[in-house]
Amino acid sequence: MTPAEIRDEIIDILSEIAPDEDLSGLQDEQSFREQMELDSMDFLDIVMELRKRHRIQIPEEEYGELASMASTVRYLEPKMANI
Amino acid sequence: MSGLAAGIRLAHYDQSVCILEKHWTIGGLNSFYRTNGRNYDVGLHAVTNFTPRGTKKGPLARLLRQLRFRWEDFELSPQVGSAIAFPGVRLGFNNDIDCLRSEIARAFPAEVDNFERLLSQLADYDDLDQENFGGSARAFLAQTLQDPLLIEMILCPLMWYGNARPDDMDYGQFCIMFRSIFLEGFARPYKGVRLILKHLIKRFRSLGGELRLRSGVESIRVEGTRAVGVVLENGEEITAKRILSSAGVIETQRLCDNLSQLEPQKAGQLTFIESISILDKQPKDVGFGETIVFYNDSPHFHWRPPDEQLCDTRTGVICSPNNYLYPSHSGELEDGVIRLTTIADYQRWKQLDDKEYVRAKMWWYDRSVASAVRFIPDFRSHVIDTDVFTPKTIRRFTSHDNGAVYGAPDKQLDGTTHLSNLFLCGTDQGFVGIVGAIVSGISMANMHCLRDPG
Repeated sequence: MTPAEIRDEIIDILSEIAPDEDLSGLQDEQSFREQMELDSMDFLDIVMELRKRHRIQIPEEEYGELASMASTVRYLEPKMANI
Repeated sequence: MSGLAAGIRLAHYDQSVCILEKHWTIGGLNSFYRTNGRNYDVGLHAVTNFTPRGTKKGPLARLLRQLRFRWEDFELSPQVGSAIAFPGVRLGFNNDIDCLRSEIARAFPAEVDNFERLLSQLADYDDLDQENFGGSARAFLAQTLQDPLLIEMILCPLMWYGNARPDDMDYGQFCIMFRSIFLEGFARPYKGVRLILKHLIKRFRSLGGELRLRSGVESIRVEGTRAVGVVLENGEEITAKRILSSAGVIETQRLCDNLSQLEPQKAGQLTFIESISILDKQPKDVGFGETIVFYNDSPHFHWRPPDEQLCDTRTGVICSPNNYLYPSHSGELEDGVIRLTTIADYQRWKQLDDKEYVRAKMWWYDRSVASAVRFIPDFRSHVIDTDVFTPKTIRRFTSHDNGAVYGAPDKQLDGTTHLSNLFLCGTDQGFVGIVGAIVSGISMANMHCLRDPG
């Protein structure tokens, strides 16, 4: 997947987690927590959805990499390059 | 309810889940029954933790996200307004904290600043963090508020809706209940708790989950420090990698076949009777337009099991499912219903023979209603049908020892047990109410079954 495709995939996951959320104005550099008020349970869900959809394993100590869209895409790029 | 929520989470992430329900119907305490051609809700007076559509914070928003429901799915209609009634003082409140603020300014003008201080202290409490849970709510309130009567009045609804401990309350439970009742609020689906249950079951099954009714667990099979499966009442054995139990902490321990090594824990004591009155008109047409009234007939709030009798009618909760702001297309509920909850003693109710039991239900219906109509208009001449459910009924629905509605006083917040793969969810894990039960199931599934898929 290209970074743009990874971004789309994350948007898709976020829209599944928070169907009432308008994601069109999401700022990539700003944290999800600030913009969407996601809590630790929601971050677990992003991890679980990635595991479910693409069999990507993210160790718990690296959950912090998923803080914003920009950091998430950067972190996932090598992991999802061959998908 | 907590089991269904956990089941949805796990089935969504492709785990193989089987939910075992002892009864022919689902929901545990949050259930319903039918008699004389009418549906009676058990448990649900209101869904607490109500926040409006679009709210991102709080337990309701969290559970909707975790279970992938839309806010609309639960069809929650907000309350009209509720009250705390003590002799000579009445504090109204609704789902907007400004209402309680102004009521306190009216009835306790000297406490306005102290109440603001209380609010700001509570705002920081994180219900997913267990470290500050213990401690006395009374001691905390005594440091913040001056007027003992206001302290009693604030504690009254919070204890009624979620305190397993007599007299005092854990600080964490106080914070959780304060937010769920005063900062968030009450709501109800027009069709009652059935609607929420229906959604949960439908979702669970659509994800491939298996729900078995009339499948009570006789025992939990133990090998060493692990649970390996369960034996059902009909003798069938089911093996499992992990087991979540909503039976309660003591009740779950008792199911384990290596019980002898366990330390005895104290069962909860607080249980209720509920007197249900069907009226010949809507409650508001007999002068009762409030959603819930928490009353107490002296300046000190008595939150403990009755000392000598079957019930203690000095305090109670009066509520009507009719008094919610239902959407105009639903109209009003067909029956006018007033429900009244009174503290009771399980052991004394249990000892009655069948005849005495029927007589006691009638006697305590009259006594409890007579107590309640000191605080709301007297509706007794409009009653066309009644029913009473007792601690025995609650025991039957929940299997909790003593019919303890809020379970054991000492919560197991991390859900762990003496066995490495057996976990608690529901009342004895710590969260109460409908939203609490669902959040409990979700968080235990997340913590123990999803993080480490093993």
